[in-house]
This record gives sequence, structure tokens and C-alpha cells, in this order.
Amino acid sequence: MSEIKKIKNLKEFSTSADRFEGANLLCPGCAHSIIVREVLNATNDDLILSAATGCLEVCTAVYPYTSWDASWIHIGFENGSTAVAGAEAMYNALKKKGRLKQPDREPKFVSFAGDGASYDIGFQWISGCFERGHNMMHVVLDNEVYANTGGQRSSSTPIGSSATTSPAGRVSYGEKKNKKDMLSIMAAHGAPYVAQVAPNKWKNMVKAIQQGFAVEGPVFINAMSACTTEWKFAPEDTIDISDMATDSLVFPLYEIIDGKKLNITYRPKNVIPVEEYLAAQGRFKHLFKDQFKYLIKEWQERIDSNWDYLQRREEAGV
Amino acid sequence: MAFDKMELRDIEVWDGNFAAAQAMRQAQIDVVAAYPITPSTPIVEGYAKFLADGYVEGEFVMVESEHAAMSGCIGAAAAGGRVATATSSQGFALMVETLYQSSGMRLPIVLNVVNRALAAPLNVNGDHSDMYLGRDSGWIQLDAYSPQEAYDLNFIAFRVSEDHDVRLPCMVHQDGFMTSHTAQGVKTLTDDVAYGFVGEYKPMNDMLDLDHPVTHGVQTEEDWHFEHKARQHNDLMTKVMPKIQEVFDDFEKLSGRKYNIVEGYDMDDADVAVVCMGTSVETAREVAGEMREKGIKAGVIGIRVFRPFPFMEMAEALKGIKAIAALDRSSPNGAPGMLFNELSGVLFSQKSDAALSGYVYGLGGRDLTKAHLVDLYNELQANADAGKVLTPLQQFIGVRGPKLSFL
Ligand SMILES: Cc1ncc(C[n+]2csc(CCOP(=O)(O)OP(=O)(O)O)c2C)c(N)n1
Ligand code: SF4
Ligand SMILES: [Mg+2]
Repeated sequence: MSEIKKIKNLKEFSTSADRFEGANLLCPGCAHSIIVREVLNATNDDLILSAATGCLEVCTAVYPYTSWDASWIHIGFENGSTAVAGAEAMYNALKKKGRLKQPDREPKFVSFAGDGASYDIGFQWISGCFERGHNMMHVVLDNEVYANTGGQRSSSTPIGSSATTSPAGRVSYGEKKNKKDMLSIMAAHGAPYVAQVAPNKWKNMVKAIQQGFAVEGPVFINAMSACTTEWKFAPEDTIDISDMATDSLVFPLYEIIDGKKLNITYRPKNVIPVEEYLAAQGRFKHLFKDQFKYLIKEWQERIDSNWDYLQRREEAGV
Repeated sequence: MAFDKMELRDIEVWDGNFAAAQAMRQAQIDVVAAYPITPSTPIVEGYAKFLADGYVEGEFVMVESEHAAMSGCIGAAAAGGRVATATSSQGFALMVETLYQSSGMRLPIVLNVVNRALAAPLNVNGDHSDMYLGRDSGWIQLDAYSPQEAYDLNFIAFRVSEDHDVRLPCMVHQDGFMTSHTAQGVKTLTDDVAYGFVGEYKPMNDMLDLDHPVTHGVQTEEDWHFEHKARQHNDLMTKVMPKIQEVFDDFEKLSGRKYNIVEGYDMDDADVAVVCMGTSVETAREVAGEMREKGIKAGVIGIRVFRPFPFMEMAEALKGIKAIAALDRSSPNGAPGMLFNELSGVLFSQKSDAALSGYVYGLGGRDLTKAHLVDLYNELQANADAGKVLTPLQQFIGVRGPKLSFL
């Protein structure tokens, strides 16, 4: 088992050897790149990575360039998880057969994918990887929308958000369905570790990633990824918006161990109203019209009730 | 962990599926990621049993779909080792996206395709619809007509596919049920000889070489996409055939069994010829022999390498033939058959005035009988005598109801 990397402070963390270059085509202010760096910098071990089709992939490996200084593969939109699972199977085969080129090194296997690639089209592939128990980590860059293709809804898009295929209009408040609870679904696979993280809470996130790397078996990480383009906020506000998401408890941070024990990993000192979070983003602007204001109240009730549920589970140790 | 070798008799009685599974075992594949579908299921089951009995050392990943099977194969191949799988029909159709991805990423993978019809209507029997669906996917496609050939062509496929000048995935086709489930005598290679022929896997751009990270599966738009596709096509057109020929020659030296890119039978002095694939080749050979007794100089051409298409080899093989039938076992759905079209191109480019006619047959496992072929050779002889096609250009063989013909 490799040693867990010691991280003292943000300065040291953010300047540790980069295996993901700042030279990429992601929008200024895109949280995808912050998440990727936090995952990669959480370990000194070798990495075998994949990305599903989506913003991260199209912006970081445009021939003849690459932003990746670790082995990386992209196949398609739905099968990035299985790409890494295949590589992990090959690692196991070559290890058994004594054909690894660096037999004393144990790489980590990580697949990155958007919410579209994870909650929707790639769901079956991820489920298969987890059921089979590959030793890998799947990280969702959850921006709650198909950003790469211009902002269509996914099953992670929250109720009341305006997406191009569920637009707000004269008679519609936008997305009608509530966000799918992927963490519970993945925990139900019996995964040894699943967690929801946010890049603004970097210490919390690194701890979760390191815990994920330390366990054997498939690990699921849902990382909130604020999208300046589709959530509609200014590029310099990414961290502020992310803070509002975690402090309003719209994105509660918690982990589930072995599918059975839930721990809340971040408790905001001052919980802010959900309304503040909604008001800061263009995708929810229409909710502030008289006609749709009742939804803001419903939002707050839903978030409160979810937080209550998480706390009760934690207390009960289930 | 060690694995055991298996003692084989010089000649075993195997069906095509078991022959392919044995070849996969002997090739010491590093990763098989697979999903079962009739009629190729016994390949996957056979391999799983070898593993369970301690005859396989590599990893066997039973995934949740054929798309995932090929996706896993792609990840494993990019990681750097020997990879293979098997499928048929609907499974093949589900894989199509990943077939283009694997060939475009230049990854050596061997795929056993046990040919079967495509729904709807659902049908489990053999025809060539799935094989035809793969023909623009950038893979090499080899066609076996018997269990022996399914066995041999697997070894050949690994050698060609993994060659560093080629690096393209390769399918080995056999006919569903007629080959896959029909037991025949198969001359075997010992485990050591078989593995010696396939050779140790030589990695290239392997993700698991941790000192040399690589990026696989990049984005290219109008600036570079065309060059990548052109390069792939160029390699298929110029590098693959010589490599296949070289490996065929090596295999003949090893086993005494000779394979040809185009398999001519009684073609030297033939006036008329049937061009076909799969098990129909053997039926046509038998009927051609009988036609010769009746005074018709009949020959058969079997296509061994379906992709890349043996254009020049076919031009050579068809030289001097007066009447030719192209037999397609897949519904062209609104066009002449694929083989008819390919052969038209060959003959036109050679300024040949041979009479070429097309036939669609055997869909969904419908038999092509000897009587059908006798009629067909008689039609070809009439065309040869007249110096032109006397029938419609496209006819259906063996379908009920009024005779179907077009063009
Ligand atoms: C099979 C397939 N269907 C559709 C697409 C088109 N497509 C590419 S990326 C994408 C959306 C990606 O959304 P997400 O996974 O959330 O990633 P993001 O871009 O938001 O980071 C879509 C719809 C595709 N490439 N492949
Ligand atoms: S559209 Fe959103 S997710 Fe995509 S690069 Fe821009 S900010 Fe990032
Ligand atoms: Mg998204």
C-alpha cells in the first residue's frame, strides 16, 4: 500500500507537481480544472486516467496537444469508466504474468466524467464497473447540465433550472424533475466509499479523495462543478458561488462507507438561505417572477428536509 | 500464478466455437472482456471454463453489454497487452460505435464474430448482415468457412493485428450454427507451437509504461481528422495485404495449411464462377465439381480477406472468366448487393466484358442447397454463351412466393 501524501497548506497543495497543465481550453473560471487538479494532487502515485466525452475531454486533448502528464484515454461519451476498468484488468493480468515494466509501482485508476456521462448515458457502464468491483475511482464533474453541447438538461439538472431542452418560458419554470440521487444509488452498489465533494472545500475534498485512494474497490466521487457558462455567473465568482452551494446546503458534503454508514463531512457555521444561491445564477432568474416564486419556497423546504434526513442517518449510524 | 497446458490430440472433433475458444486459450490473451449472445456464446463459455479449470492465466471480465465488452477491450489494449473477445448480430450492432473507436485509435484487438442475421424480425441463425455492418469500420476482416479455419485464422489474426506496422483490430468471422455448432475434425497445434507462432505481445504506446505517459483518443476537427482517417485507410490499403500474405506463408510452413487472400477453386480454366463467403464456399465447390462432369467449366472464388477488399487480387482471379455470380448473404435494402458492387468496380476497372449477375440468398439461416447452385451455374453458362446477362441483375434465391428479381 502506498503512503498517503501529506498536505500542509493550500500554497503547497496548489503548487505541487502538476500532472494537469493549466494550458487547456476550459472556460476561465471553470471548476472542472480545479477538481481535476485537486484529485491529481492528492496523491504522488502514478495515475492511469480516462475522461468521457464532455467539456473536460474536448478542452484538454486536442491533437497535437495534451494537457495530461499521466497516461490518459478517451473513448466515447458513455464508456470512460469501462476504459479505465479495462486498463485495470490489464494491470492485474500483467502483474500476475510478471510483465509489468515497473513492477514495484502501483498506479491509481481514475475516470472523470460529466453528470451527463455518469447520471445518464454512461450509467450502465458505471454500474457494471462497480458491480464487478474494479479497483478504480469514478469522479463526476457535476455541473448539472450538458455543458459541452450547449446546456441541455441531464438527470442531474435541478428543478426550476432553465436548460436549453427544458427552457423556462412564458408558461414553464424550466426543468420539472428533481436531481437524481446518484450517491445513494452508487452506495447501494456496496461501494466501499462514496462521497459528495466540492472544490471550494479543498481540505475536505482532498481528505475524501485520499480516503478513496486508500480503499480497495470502486469509489464514487460526486464533485460539484460550478459552470460559469451554463449556470450564468461571472468567471471570477466560481469559488463564491461554490461557497453558496455548500453553505446553503444545496450541495451537502457527506460520505457513505461500505454502502451502510453515512457521515456528514462539512457543517456550515452560518447556513445561508437557498434563495441567495438561486439569485446569484442566471439559470434560476425566472424563479424570481411572481408566477414562479412559490418554487423558491419549495426549494428551501426540500433542502431543509434533505439535511434533516442526512443528519438523522448520521445519528442512527446507517 | 501458474496455469496448466492442455494436451490435445492431433485431430480433435470441435465445432467452430470451441475451435475459436481453444485458439484464444492457446494465444495466452491477457484480457478478455466479453458478453454472451447466440450463436457465439459457447466461445465465451468455453473460455470461462478454461479459466475455471486453470488453463488461463489472463483476466476474464464478464461485462454488462457488448458495448462495454469492446470498451473494456479498448482500455485493456491501450494499457498494453493481448486482447480479444467474441460476439454476434445484435451484440455486434451494439458494439458498432466502439468498433470505429478501436480502429481509429489503432489498437490491436481480435474479435471473433459468429455471423448471424440482424433483427427485425428477430432471428438467431446465420447470415452475413453483421459482417457487412462492420465493413466500413476500419477493421481487418478474415472469413473462416469451417471450424479448422476458425481455429487457424485466430492465430493469424493476432499476428497481423499486433504487428507494429499494422496496429489495426481484426475480426475472424465464421457462419452462425453452420460452422459454429457443427463439429468436424480440427487438426490442432500443441500449446507451445501455437503460442510460439502468435508470439509474445510487444507493447507500443502502452498506458501502463508509467515512465512514458501517453494520451489516447484525442479530439481532432477539420484541421487533423482527415489526415488521421487517410493514414488509417492508407495502411489498410498498402500494409495489411502484404502482412497477411507473410503470415499466411509462415502459417503454411508451420502447419502445412495454406491460406490465400482470395481462395480460387478450379479457376484455372473456368468459364463461369461463383463468388461467395462462409460455408457457401464449400457447397459451391462441391457443385462446381459436379457441373464439370456435365461439361460446364465451373469454378468458385471464396473471399478470405473481406476487408481490406482484395481488389487487385480479385481482378487477377477473374481474368478470362465469362460469367460471374456475386452471392450476397445480407439484404442490400435498396441497392445491388455489396459483393456485386465491389466486383462491378473490379471488372469495370479492368475493362472486362464478363457477364456479372447478383444474387441475394440465405437470409436468416435459409439453406442454400445444391439444387439452387446447379440452377445458378446453368444460368451462368447461358450468360457465358450469350456473352451477356440474360437474367435480371439482381435475383433472390430460395425465398417463398413469386420469384423476386430487380434491375
Ligand atoms: C453517444 C453520444 N451521444 C451524444 C453525444 C453528444 N455529447 C457530447 S458531450 C455531451 C454532453 C456532456 O455533458 P456532461 O457529461 O454533463 O459533461 P460536461 O460537458 O457538462 O462537462 C453530449 C450530449 C456524444 N458525444 N456521444
Ligand atoms: S462550459 Fe462550463 S463546464 Fe464547460 S468549460 Fe465552460 S465553465 Fe467549464
Ligand atoms: Mg455536465
